[in-house]
Amino acid sequence: MFSSRDEILAAVERNQPSFTELPDITAFKGDSNKSVDRFTEILSAIGGKVIPVKSIDEIRNHVAKNMQQGGRNITTVPLLGDIMEHVYRKDSNPHSLQDVDNAVIEAHFGVAENGAVWVTEEILMLRVLPFICQHLAVIVNANDIVPTMHEAYERIGNTNYDFGTFIAGPSKTADIEQSLVLGAHGPRSMTIFLMS
Amino acid sequence: MKDHAELAEIFNKDEQRVDWHDETLWWIRAKRDIAVHKLPEWEELREAASQIKVNVLSNLSQYLKQFEKNAQANGIVVHWAKDAGEHNRIVHLLLKEQGIDKMVKSKSMLTEECHLNEYLKAQGINVIDSDLGERIVQLAEEMPSHIVLPCIHKKKEEIGELFHQHLGTPAGNADPQFLTETARQHLRDTFLTRRAALTGVNFAIAETGEFVVCTNEGNADMGAHLSDIHIASMGIEKLIPERKHLGIFLRLLTRSATGQPITTYSSHFKKPREGQQMHIILVDNGRSVQLGREDFRNSLKCIRCGACMNTCPVYRRSGGHSYHYAISGPIGSILAPNLDMEKYADLPFASTLCGSCSNVCPVKIDIHDQLYKWRQVLVQKGYSPKTKTASMKAMAWVLESPGRYRAAGKAARVTMKLAPFAVNNKLNPWYKHRDMPAVPKQSFNEWYQTNRKDKI
Ligand code: SF4
Repeated sequence: MFSSRDEILAAVERNQPSFTELPDITAFKGDSNKSVDRFTEILSAIGGKVIPVKSIDEIRNHVAKNMQQGGRNITTVPLLGDIMEHVYRKDSNPHSLQDVDNAVIEAHFGVAENGAVWVTEEILMLRVLPFICQHLAVIVNANDIVPTMHEAYERIGNTNYDFGTFIAGPSKTADIEQSLVLGAHGPRSMTIFLMS
Repeated sequence: MKDHAELAEIFNKDEQRVDWHDETLWWIRAKRDIAVHKLPEWEELREAASQIKVNVLSNLSQYLKQFEKNAQANGIVVHWAKDAGEHNRIVHLLLKEQGIDKMVKSKSMLTEECHLNEYLKAQGINVIDSDLGERIVQLAEEMPSHIVLPCIHKKKEEIGELFHQHLGTPAGNADPQFLTETARQHLRDTFLTRRAALTGVNFAIAETGEFVVCTNEGNADMGAHLSDIHIASMGIEKLIPERKHLGIFLRLLTRSATGQPITTYSSHFKKPREGQQMHIILVDNGRSVQLGREDFRNSLKCIRCGACMNTCPVYRRSGGHSYHYAISGPIGSILAPNLDMEKYADLPFASTLCGSCSNVCPVKIDIHDQLYKWRQVLVQKGYSPKTKTASMKAMAWVLESPGRYRAAGKAARVTMKLAPFAVNNKLNPWYKHRDMPAVPKQSFNEWYQTNRKDKI
């Protein structure tokens, strides 16, 4: 195996053209005006739902009202641990989440231009959580909506995560004659609690 | 072995289907335009993406070493494969070591290029493709016909029939919602029972040793996060230097592909989950050779968005399978002859050289120029495709001399008027099933000569 490595590297080195500098990309910036409105508009357009809230109690009320009775409802948010099953250990078996109906998590921030939110393993506890649940709800602070992906990566910077993902809306597919169907393999719905 | 023109002829037998295929892809192209026009900085983004990729190619050996070092520090096992065979053997060995004979796979055009499924099947390993479109073509025992939309050539009734046969849905049910729900249930069970998952890679970052996988369905994540062993396969050209460069590429990728602002999931895999094994296979398979071909190395900038296919008038009306290579359309026609000039000599000729592909390409690959250059290389090396050779030789002879060109043009205009069937015939693969445009009475040259004489 080592010989293939050396062979490939030697061939690449021999054949690569002479060095060209990287471009300066610092000028790419979005307009931070109306980020919250844009985020809401775009996320709704891609099948998500945005609910503006002012307190965790409002979220609690909403969740309690909409939670499936008799279903399995989990959260990684300690403040909701009294009304939902609280997942707080990283080392549980991911398969144990296979029957989860609703999950509520937090996100680090959202992105206005595409309706995505950024979450990492520290938030998720189990990486599979936002994919395996039937319905996903995410709490994001309205002050934490950045305009574009450039600001998003500026914000992520050199932070150290083991796994991170941008999630934009419910899972979907249009593979059958381009008809859009929500709920491919991941959640069938995505709700954002936008906290102001 | 049938060439592109012959395979396109088969596809063209069903004219209604061709129209439907054509219109569907154009509709996706139109969605791309709407998304693109919302970003005033689009051209600057393309330029930046292009320059980043040019830098990557100029420093690829360093970036590969940097990526390897950082990925290893993250706990990812790095493998190197010089060709398809070695890639497939590595995957097989990893599974064998764990005593695994079933694997779930998300979209990876590289594994199509390497024919991994066939190889593993022969070794007694069962592979299930989890992307809905790929699962459909897998059930149909076909190749994907498009890199982003694998079953774009299939009608929903055909998919309903496949599901009826393989997944037991009621005969005659072709409702996309119902069929997708069926696939969801069927594949959920697969995700929960497979210990091994293989994914492709959209971008790998030298600076951090992490890799990014983009899907709408969430299938790559479902597979990877439930598996004991995650294998990611990537071509060596998939590297980008720094994490912040993802800002540029993720903005371009899906807007170009389908007009979406971003895929539903853009997952960044940096370290294996606790107790999990994570492997990455860096595959060359001809890429280092292409890197040395000055005229064609830019094809390695490709981020596999599919925009060049959606816009291509030949792809839209000939279908992905007519390209008889894992990657179809304009970019596939540049990549394929690099691997085998003889087998794929026909592909660079499957183009009108209209340049629409180069105009939409988010990383500014000069696609149509490269197709033109491949034609010259292939003809020089004696590989030009069989149906085109005779007429092309004649064309070259005509183009050599201005006198012959004028005479031939005049003759052609007369022929087209008096005997259009002579052009609209079997020897001319491009004009099958369509009428030639009306012929001008005079060429520009003739018109100019007459009018100039009148004026003087
Ligand atoms: S060549 Fe350009 S347009 Fe075609 S798939 Fe690659 S990146 Fe997209």
